[in-house]
Amino acid sequence: MGKRNYSLFGPDAARAVESGLTAAEWYHTEVPRKVMKDLMARSDAPAIRDTIILYGSMILLAGIGIALWPSWWSAPFWLAYGVLYGSASDSRWHECGHGTAFRTPWMNNVVYEIASFMIMRNSATWRWSHARHHSETYFVGRDPEIAVMRPPEVAKLVLNFFGILDVIAFIPRILRNAVSGPTPEERTYVPQSEWGKVQRVAIVYVAIYAATIGLAVWMGSILPLMVIGLPRMYGAWHHVMTGLLQHGGLADNVVDHRLNSRTVYMNPISRFIYWNMNYHVEHHMFPMVPYHALPRLHEIIKDDLPPPNRSIAEAFREMWPAILRQVRNEDYFLKRALPPTAKPYREDFHQYVPGMMRPAAAE
Amino acid sequence: MPWIDACSTDDIDAEDLIRWDHAGQTFAIYHSPEGEFFATAGLCTHEQVHLCDGLVMGHLIECPKHNGQFDYRTGEAKRAPVCVNLRTFPVKVEGDRVFVEVA
Repeated sequence: MGKRNYSLFGPDAARAVESGLTAAEWYHTEVPRKVMKDLMARSDAPAIRDTIILYGSMILLAGIGIALWPSWWSAPFWLAYGVLYGSASDSRWHECGHGTAFRTPWMNNVVYEIASFMIMRNSATWRWSHARHHSETYFVGRDPEIAVMRPPEVAKLVLNFFGILDVIAFIPRILRNAVSGPTPEERTYVPQSEWGKVQRVAIVYVAIYAATIGLAVWMGSILPLMVIGLPRMYGAWHHVMTGLLQHGGLADNVVDHRLNSRTVYMNPISRFIYWNMNYHVEHHMFPMVPYHALPRLHEIIKDDLPPPNRSIAEAFREMWPAILRQVRNEDYFLKRALPPTAKPYREDFHQYVPGMMRPAAAE
Repeated sequence: MPWIDACSTDDIDAEDLIRWDHAGQTFAIYHSPEGEFFATAGLCTHEQVHLCDGLVMGHLIECPKHNGQFDYRTGEAKRAPVCVNLRTFPVKVEGDRVFVEVA
């Protein structure tokens, strides 16, 4: 049993409020208003292009997979389809949830709803949990989207590369949402005006899965589930791999995204799947900047940030030992050095919750 | 209620906003694409983030923290996570000065 209590009703949640942590102002790199306006400008073109490529590829790959089924020759096509279904949907859910991917609101909403279904997140619930994740990023007991809780349970992290725990958690939750609306915990961050929508969305999801399972039983084959549902598991590995890097091994209960988020240079295919969220410090500091402008934002503010990791592999080599060390000492975290051009970390920013960010715990 | 001289018309680019503080209150003053001026409360009704760092798109102001949107002409909340409307204030332009009627 660790010292941290991640329950949204627990003592750490209360302490984060009482100490003033939740009301504290986050650090931001200074960017001139005109430059920021240019970076924030919305455009439909990049996201329409990417969405056509994404959904076109999914239809093609699933079509070949179905045509070759049940031969093992279909396997590579399912694996590629699965990553687009079970991982690219995570980044589409994320960007369209922010409303920044497209300029046109209905386009954001359509892709958000499709992506939410594929990634198995109630679209009416998770929009609100993600708002909290941005307000109170990695505040223990307040952020409902902490991927690596301390002390880390490494077996659970590994299982989730196949979406196992996420899917196991999703099934009872969506059934409960369909029967009685949001859970008590969800009601802490979803406004009451949205509770009916949470239930309606859940009923639609349950109906689609029931129809898919019914079709599979009628056909006597898992093929329908290879198209809908199972790719959330066999294709989850990429979004878990990139998602762990966002905040893994870094500080919690701080108000400077340079301390709790990680930017990693990635290959173009991973950046397409991840929609540039590898620029994660930049995204958290300026969530209004669309994914397609994040590389430009990175160039502008990088001198005020810790140096980015040079690759996914290099980032894992940094993060994984830190996570393993947190198993033994949950207060440990990585504190990356800033370049001389950066404004220094302000230790006084981070003393809100006693014991949570002792300088001695960091390296 | 007094009309307060808030800023010059040149202080705000078209389709943009500025922050204006007066008598312990904070406001946002907008310059619409059509050249009209509007004023609202300065803080988002969701989590008290100042709107001055947000993005004006047509007649919408988007909060810089969670991307909630308001119609700054009416204060109407237009996009989650904002649910509560934004307070608006009357504005008039005399010469090159923008006046806000502060309650």
